[in-house]
Parts: sequence; C-alpha cells; structure tokens
Amino acid sequence: MIGIEHYIVVSSIIFVLGVLGIFLNRKNIIIILMAIELILLSVNLNLVAFSAYLGDLTGQIFAMFVLTVAAAEAAIGLAILVTYFRNRGTIAVDDVNRMKG
Amino acid sequence: MTVFAFYLFAALMIASAAFTIFARNPVHSVLWLILAFFNAAGLMIIVGAEFLAMLLVVVYVGAVAVLFLFVVMMLNIDFAEMRAGFMKNAPLGVAVAVILLAELVLGMGAYRAGALDLGTPDGSAAPLVGESNIESLGALLYGQYLFLFEVAGIILLVAMIGAIVLTHRENTNPRGHQDIGKQNRRRPEDATRNVKPEIGQGVEL
Repeated sequence: MIGIEHYIVVSSIIFVLGVLGIFLNRKNIIIILMAIELILLSVNLNLVAFSAYLGDLTGQIFAMFVLTVAAAEAAIGLAILVTYFRNRGTIAVDDVNRMKG
Repeated sequence: MTVFAFYLFAALMIASAAFTIFARNPVHSVLWLILAFFNAAGLMIIVGAEFLAMLLVVVYVGAVAVLFLFVVMMLNIDFAEMRAGFMKNAPLGVAVAVILLAELVLGMGAYRAGALDLGTPDGSAAPLVGESNIESLGALLYGQYLFLFEVAGIILLVAMIGAIVLTHRENTNPRGHQDIGKQNRRRPEDATRNVKPEIGQGVEL
C-alpha cells in the first residue's frame, strides 16, 4: 500500500500550484477561479487520504461538503463574472476597485 | 501495480495542474483542469474511496468544468491582453510558492519526527464491516450527519437562486413583450364600439 506521505506530497504540490496560479494570472479571473478549484481539490485529496489511512469516514463526509461548497462558489463566481462582463465588456479584475452602482 | 498506478496518476495530475495555470488559452486550461480531476478521482479510487471519486467525476467534470467552458466560450474576451502582467507577477508568485512548499514539507517532517500526535479515531465513523464504501458513507450521511447533509442542500439551493438572480435580465425591449394577464383581462365591450353614422359621414376613429 502507498504510504500516506506520498498523498500529502502530491496534494501539497497541487495546493502550491493553485496558489501560484492565483499569483501569475492576476488579471484573468477565470483562471483564478480554476486555481481556487485546484486548491480545494488538493484539500479534498488530503482529507480522503487521511480518512482512508485512519479508518474513519468523517474525512470523506467532510470532503463531500467541501465539494458542495466548491460547486456553489464556482456557480456564484461565474455568475458575478458574467454580470461584470456585461457592465464593463472586459474581465480585467485589477480595476474592480472602481466599481460603482 | 498499485504503486505504478499511483505514480502514473500523481504525475499526470501534477502535470495537468501545472498546464492549467500556465496555458495561454483558457479553454485549454479548462480541459487540463478536467484531466486533473480525473486523475484525482483515480488517486481516490486507489485509496478506497470509490464514492467520492465518482462524485468528483460527476460533479466537477460533469457540472463545474462544463460551466467554466460555457462561460469561457460565451464571453468574448481578448486573451492576449489578459496575459500582460504574467511575467511581472512571476518572481513574487514563484517566491511565495517555493516558501509555501518548503513550509508544507517542513510541517510534514515535523509530523514524521513524532512531534505531533494526531490521535486515533473513536470508531464512531468507522467503515461498516463487510459493506462497500458507498453503503458505509450512506449510513453515516443519513444518520449522524443528516442535518449537515440538509444544510449542504440548502447551500446549493441558495447558490442556484443567487446565480439566477445575478444573471437574470428583465426584458426592456418595448416590442415582443407579452403580458398574458393583460390579454386575459381584455373584454369585447372595452375594445369595440358600436356606431351608426349618418349617410355621407364617416366614422371617427
């Protein structure tokens, strides 16, 4: 059986890649949302791995709730993105602080 | 065999996660993201969590990734302009990423050295003996965690209504706007008028 350290290393690398994605694509909010999905995926992988190795299913239940919240967040985020695009004609998010009414 | 499958899935997942954030075209990013989710599902199957793996494929690949694809293709975006700050942000991003990875590895080293005690599960959520993963999960979800499960449903409902409210547009176009109630309220006596004009005189409309 694969040791749990392997799973922790894989999910750490995915987590770091997600954070890096947020930093690199500061303008493109679609890629930022995808990077957030990657971060949540790595957290899920960690929860599932620990749940399996400890013999306790609570981790998998919690991973399911994380999945639920991630899906809701993606839907709301993309809806906000569509409204923003209708108002501005662009999705460059570095000037969102000029948002008005 | 398990070891081979693990390293295959892990390497493919890391590679596709990297391509997700480095791809020039967001459509390619979404496709790489889908591959990453598939590989994560494979990793979960290896560890024995079949239900969550299938959930990942259904929810993420079937719903979230397709939602991303819709939005990327629906909005007409100049992707070249989006890449403008990429190289400018790179040094800070890479520095933060390296520091974060070092910290995570250090934390795992502390765990391996025995400095932390994770404790042992109390057995209240142990997998049922002789049952499959999905039956054990279902027993927990509809027993101990029933209210949390319903709260998750409410969260999804709120997200659905919120997305509809955010993107719904009232039709402001004066043409092509049908008010069915107004049509049903209309009676012949309100709409027509009986006249008997004299000969040689027209009808005043």
